[in-house]
Amino acid sequence: MKKKMVHIPMPWRYVINAAAIAVIFLIFMVLSSAGVITNYYSKILMLIGINMILAVSLNLATGYLGQLPLGHAGFMAVGAYASGIFMRTASGLPTGLAVLLSIIIAAVVAGIFGFLIGIPALRLKGDYLAIITLGFGEIIRVVLLNIDSVLGFNFTYGAASLKNIPKTTTFTVTFLCVVVVCFFIHTMMKSRQGRAILSIRENEIAAESCGIKTTYYKTMAFVASAAFAGVAGSLYAGYLGILNPANFGFMKSIEILVMVVLGGMGSMIGSLLSATVLSALPEMLRAFSDYRMVAYSLLLILVMIFKPSGLMGTYDFSFTRLFGGLLGKKTGDSTVGKESGE
Amino acid sequence: MSKRDIREPFIPERDKGLTPTIECIGLGIDFGGLTAVDDFNFTLGRTEIGGLIGPNGAGKTTVFNLLTKVYQPTRGQMLLLGRDTKDMTTADANCAGIARTFQNIRLFKDLTVLENVLIGLHNEIHYTLPEAIFRLPRYWHAEKVARERAIDLLSIFNMQDMADDIAGSLPYGAQRRLEIVRALATNPTLLLLDEPAAGMNPSETAELMETIRHIRDMFKISILLIEHDMNLVMGICEGIAVLNYGRLIAKGTPEEIKNDPNVIEAYLGKKEC
Repeated sequence: MKKKMVHIPMPWRYVINAAAIAVIFLIFMVLSSAGVITNYYSKILMLIGINMILAVSLNLATGYLGQLPLGHAGFMAVGAYASGIFMRTASGLPTGLAVLLSIIIAAVVAGIFGFLIGIPALRLKGDYLAIITLGFGEIIRVVLLNIDSVLGFNFTYGAASLKNIPKTTTFTVTFLCVVVVCFFIHTMMKSRQGRAILSIRENEIAAESCGIKTTYYKTMAFVASAAFAGVAGSLYAGYLGILNPANFGFMKSIEILVMVVLGGMGSMIGSLLSATVLSALPEMLRAFSDYRMVAYSLLLILVMIFKPSGLMGTYDFSFTRLFGGLLGKKTGDSTVGKESGE
Repeated sequence: MSKRDIREPFIPERDKGLTPTIECIGLGIDFGGLTAVDDFNFTLGRTEIGGLIGPNGAGKTTVFNLLTKVYQPTRGQMLLLGRDTKDMTTADANCAGIARTFQNIRLFKDLTVLENVLIGLHNEIHYTLPEAIFRLPRYWHAEKVARERAIDLLSIFNMQDMADDIAGSLPYGAQRRLEIVRALATNPTLLLLDEPAAGMNPSETAELMETIRHIRDMFKISILLIEHDMNLVMGICEGIAVLNYGRLIAKGTPEEIKNDPNVIEAYLGKKEC
């Protein structure tokens, strides 16, 4: 059962991972300049990237913390609107800076909402948590829809949609965001804070008796999850250029949850993979539009029957391990899961 | 009937001068109309190995849950190293020095053995979340120290080679030992063991006895254990408290307990004349 441990030392792991990511990025760049990736495919790739961020961020709350929040689209909406409103007003700034600021603002605002909602919601568990977060998600949507007419000013433009947001989301920005978010979540989970979050999933009573302040760490995971959903929202705002509260309904939350469950709760590569499949599938099946939803449901049913733990279970992919494997060796612990092939 | 007044504290000679690890004064808890534990007076010396015994349903685990603040007592007071523990949470109680194992093993069973111990070391590791996310030098240093400490702790039970195994895949005895290691990792002054020998064969139990003594001598802590295996209890405990129907019925050395008529009655019933 013992594996032979050949430890790839730390700076080299970073080099391997950074190189792998750079290679993937270059492949995409070459493909798009060669005209293989057309504008249409590039749009799909961006959508996949946004869904990847949503899936890995929800995976933090569902797979790692072990809770079942159903209001993820609400946090995405908060991030999207915060970023959209900022981008409409910040036309004077250079584009790069404005995009960076809009993403940070989206993350912070969504994180604050995550905190406000997490404090009361995380007192509950299981089904009850699912219901209360679902409620909060809907509250966010309804508020965005009606706040203007109630308060009498033009802020979110309600059902008329927030229009004319600069379309700043490019493939490069999306790619970078996916890499950074995955890196942050990965390093967070490999720390004492991350272990505390995992211990709550495993056994809350035992975690508490190990001196872990469970409420604190639950809130921390929930806030981080909301903040990263905000990042996805920000990209989404720059991707569509128009925001309507109807895009952030209950079904969107379910869609994200399906990605996490299909990929395997607690597996980052699983979330990335299933986000890719589930975002690309509807596009690829456009020719058979009548049967799209059938294929989608069939896929879910088959996975639930044959692999109830999700495509990847809790397995996490590692470039370092792959690299060590190619050398005919096995390395120790799994390293960075920041391999995000879009 | 018993020779010793059960309201009087009873601790070994060598611990007499020191503040006791725990001191319970009239501790009691009700669940609705049911009084689970009542008038629990108990003192544990600083380096004492104490035993808590009693028939099934006597309230032993409830006492553990009171000591670890899983339940808040309805009545009475509990002092930890002379400090009142009122309003503490379970996590606070652990930080204040109480570690425990569980009757039904509660490991983090999908995580590795090493991770289980590292979670126990949680409050011994110091770095902030940004330091962890950006992997600053303090992160690397603290993680390295923690890993070495975890391996040291595992080696007490000769488990260092299992460090990378998944905790849930370990054999039963090893899981019990891992739980003790995890509890020790929190750097306790009092270790509560809830039926540590449950499911072990006689030779494993004998080994466990040695280890418990060894832990006490090595870490200079007090240990309180619940156990049904009388060989183990009589073998290592210096002071024993006997519970029945939520009340203390006897307190004393193993010899005194063995011959206490109240205890014999609780376990075996009244002698017919």
